[in-house]
Amino acid sequence: MKKFFKIFTIEMKLFFRDFTSTFFTLVMPIMLLLLFGSIYGNKPTPVFGGLGSVDVSVPADFAIIIVVAGIMNLPITIVSYREKKILKRFRCTPMNPSMILFAQFVLNILVGFFGAAVLIFLGKLIYGLRFPGSIFQTALAFLLSCASIFSLGFFLASILKTVRSVSAVSFILYFPMIFLSGATLPSEFLPKGILKFSQFLPLTHVVNLLRGIWAGKSWGLFNKEIIILIGIMIFSVLISIKIFRWE
Amino acid sequence: MGKKVVEVKNLVKTYNGVTAVDNLSFEIYENEIFGMVGPNGAGKTTTIECVEGLRNKDSGEIKILGLNNPETDGDLRTKIGIQLQESSLPERIKVREATEMFSSLYPRTIDWKDLLAKLNLTEKVNSYFRELSGGQKQRLFIALALINDPELLFLDELSTGLDPQARHTMWDLIRDIRNEGKTIFMTTHYMEEAERLCDRVAIIDRGKIVALDTPQNLVQSLGKEMRVIFSLENDFPLENFKKIEEVTEVEKIGDRIVVHGEGEEFVYRVISLLMSNKMKFREIKIEQPNLEDVFLVLTGEKIRE
Repeated sequence: MKKFFKIFTIEMKLFFRDFTSTFFTLVMPIMLLLLFGSIYGNKPTPVFGGLGSVDVSVPADFAIIIVVAGIMNLPITIVSYREKKILKRFRCTPMNPSMILFAQFVLNILVGFFGAAVLIFLGKLIYGLRFPGSIFQTALAFLLSCASIFSLGFFLASILKTVRSVSAVSFILYFPMIFLSGATLPSEFLPKGILKFSQFLPLTHVVNLLRGIWAGKSWGLFNKEIIILIGIMIFSVLISIKIFRWE
Repeated sequence: MGKKVVEVKNLVKTYNGVTAVDNLSFEIYENEIFGMVGPNGAGKTTTIECVEGLRNKDSGEIKILGLNNPETDGDLRTKIGIQLQESSLPERIKVREATEMFSSLYPRTIDWKDLLAKLNLTEKVNSYFRELSGGQKQRLFIALALINDPELLFLDELSTGLDPQARHTMWDLIRDIRNEGKTIFMTTHYMEEAERLCDRVAIIDRGKIVALDTPQNLVQSLGKEMRVIFSLENDFPLENFKKIEEVTEVEKIGDRIVVHGEGEEFVYRVISLLMSNKMKFREIKIEQPNLEDVFLVLTGEKIRE
């Protein structure tokens, strides 16, 4: 436990020393909140079932945090540790090197929760954010989403060998996911064709689940999302275990 | 010779049908610096990493510190220190953080502050890894390899990329570490490094050991002639040198005279001859065969840099 805490603390410092990861994970979702909040305000509207624009975009912004942490931070860090033979150096010690991966996983979850808390705080402070659901249920949905998307990140780290290729793939996945999944622009405003396509984006299901649970809807309405997210997780973990290499 | 720390018997390792290590056997004794020298691609890193347990062997036996399975025995890791040929740390990790983190991974460690002082890194404790020079990075990796006070230290291509000054400092450091009672298994493709540093040397080429002995014995086994090279201010008939029985050949290259010969008195006799004839000589140089020549003779080719 002492080992884990030490490694976790240092990984956390490294995270905050890196401008790119801090910006995309924590700063950009805040900028999106302020941008859309200042354009649309937060008046209740029937389009959003009686909620305001900020009330639906805050849980959608959670999805952005999750995808940045899971598809960018996690695989890019792991692949760079492998490419630079840092993982190999840890294999020379009595520690099981998977502790590094676990530390990265926990770190990104906690950073995700922190980012979400900041959004909630700012939303309340500036726009009088409404939160019809339960904090516990929302946290649970958030965790399930992290588990699924982070597993997908491990899968990328397993199949891609260089930082160059994993960065490229991350960005290619990142942009359509944040714009077409309803994470930035609410799905109510997206054309039908795009909505069809967006069913193939894992993040769409994260957005739907988080928005629903946030709005206080029952889990039973999201069986499809839950099955897809757990399916992604099982598929990614199984393949990763089979093909992941330390060197 | 003390007790055996490492015993390797008939080690074989192939990659996709290409044999990297071909039936190697050797032993390393307590408190010696054992070196494996050879060109890049000879199989040195594969061998050392099999012994470290980082790679799985195809066949053969490896016994290290009394343990038979370096790949799986986790306890071994607490007793050995490893400097990899190629490794790195996160760019923005501080020297202090790296040493603290690696300290936390071992049940027993020595004080990292003393260690950094000994490796001349005290001023750099708060520097990021990326700000360190090549030599400083290498010293930090040695510090990390020593942090658990290992019985056996592995150094894979220790001085690659270091300038000559840093290389000599590193050699002194390695001798100090040995003098503290540790055993060292190192690889290098610098013949000079092996000759200066190692107690025993295995010369390896294309996955096989072609010779294994002390550097002195290896060089003497050549029984090869020495050369005395100098230039003279006045003319002196070269035939005079040939009267010395140890001399085998005399030649004049430009304004320099090269006298070849062998035997213990050879150099002394050449110089006495010059002095008794009151010849003033300049820029005198004595060349002896070295490990480089041994490698050349044994493999029929120059070491491939």
